[in-house]
Amino acid sequence: MITPGSKPFYRLTKPVIFLACLLPLVFLLLRAFEVAGYGLGANPVEELLHELGRWGLKFLLLGLTITPLRRWTGWNWLLRFRRMLGLFAFFYIVLHFLTYAILDQGLDIAAIIEDVIKRPYITLGMTGFLLLIPLAVTSTKGMMRRLGKRWQKLHRLVYVIAIVAVWHFYWQVKLDTLDATVYGLVLATLLATRVFHLRKSRGI
Amino acid sequence: MLIKRPSDILPSEITDESVYLKRRDLLKMAGIATAGALTSQSVFAAAPVPGASGKELTGIQKSPYSTDQEPNSWSDVTTYNNYYEFGTGKDDPYRNARDFNPRPWSVVVKGECDKPGNYDYEDLVSPHALEERIYRLRCVEAWSMVVPWVGIPLASIIKQFEPNSKAKYVRFKTLHDPKRMPGQQRRILGWPYEEGLTIEEAMHPLTLMAVGLYGRELPNQNGAPMRLVVPWKYGFKSIKAIAEISFTRKRPRSSWEQVIPAEYGFYANVNPEVDHPRWSQARERPIGAGVFAGKKATLMFNGYGEEVASLYAGLDLRKNY
Repeated sequence: MITPGSKPFYRLTKPVIFLACLLPLVFLLLRAFEVAGYGLGANPVEELLHELGRWGLKFLLLGLTITPLRRWTGWNWLLRFRRMLGLFAFFYIVLHFLTYAILDQGLDIAAIIEDVIKRPYITLGMTGFLLLIPLAVTSTKGMMRRLGKRWQKLHRLVYVIAIVAVWHFYWQVKLDTLDATVYGLVLATLLATRVFHLRKSRGI
Repeated sequence: MLIKRPSDILPSEITDESVYLKRRDLLKMAGIATAGALTSQSVFAAAPVPGASGKELTGIQKSPYSTDQEPNSWSDVTTYNNYYEFGTGKDDPYRNARDFNPRPWSVVVKGECDKPGNYDYEDLVSPHALEERIYRLRCVEAWSMVVPWVGIPLASIIKQFEPNSKAKYVRFKTLHDPKRMPGQQRRILGWPYEEGLTIEEAMHPLTLMAVGLYGRELPNQNGAPMRLVVPWKYGFKSIKAIAEISFTRKRPRSSWEQVIPAEYGFYANVNPEVDHPRWSQARERPIGAGVFAGKKATLMFNGYGEEVASLYAGLDLRKNY
């Protein structure tokens, strides 16, 4: 039997989880190329844009689930999957951004700049995307070592990014904010567990 | 000098008037049976419409108001809809309106008119000739389609009700029946959906009461059995499944205006210069053009300025959005 946390355990689970994280993209590609009767509907650009954004947000929230879940269950080995989830969040958000810039805006730089300045929900989205870049860049072991304590401080930015991401989603919706609200509630719960833990550990 | 050539038709060849008139009747009768099929077929004879369903309508006339732009596919027009009575997702109406039965249907007519009452669908539609109107449709969400509607100029229907001189506006209401329209079980908009036009807009020859699409009866997800089409305004003005028409002195407030007045106004004329507070209206994404087609410039009044701009002479369209 393979013990969780052992080397063979990671050798087995990491590729499986990696491939699982790619499944949303695979499914989107099947839809984009209309394989097996799948399709992206009448407005494929909008569908791609929204789906990639949602997956980016889902992976952000999954990444934020690791710590409370680890504390709750005592499964410390979970921590070793956090970076992968975070990087997949970055991956889907990069694709979300590229879909916006290339397919939606046709690489019209002036139009993109105007959008970022004039449309608050796009300002938010772009802010979240830009803030994610230093986190992705410093996600390697070498960077963790080099930055030491500052690494953790820097990576707390993910809380800001997640809030910005949900807000970006919420502001973009025309009227039916139910979906965005659900994402917001999940994020609020994840953040609340941290506040709860902090208070407990400080003995407040 | 111009010499008129005598007619080379012999008097014996000229059809006797009584025969001629009879033949007319015969043609007319045959016409009732087949002309409809012929006309509606002739409109799309070149290519039968893939995926089209629903009862074929007969006796459809072409209209000079139609655009010669290529219409969107049946599938685009019937699977990508904003119709919150059947859900807020774009394909929700396609999936959720399947079991909706739009018959029997009647429309309550009231307010400032001499012939108020409860009118059956047939009372409103049968007296008029059906026209095909291929119109551009521009949604407030910055996408657009070209749709081959079949309908009756709203003015013709309104004249039946004899509105009086106090009728300054026309207010429309959608059917309110949460059992048949499941989207109404969630209070997203105030139900029933309400829309309004000035009487001048309502009487404008471009304004259509649509009862069909692609030569067939209107699919449920497109607003069966009858919906408004006001092609120079954003799509949300074109209210679906109309169950009430009233003539009012005061300006009605449309459903979207009631919920978010800062974003949706009464006029809602397509205007590339006046942005929605959250997104630009300068460009639009043509549905069905493909992933790499990009966007195109939006036209003032959706390209119908020549016909309708005069309705708004002297009106500040930035304030009256």
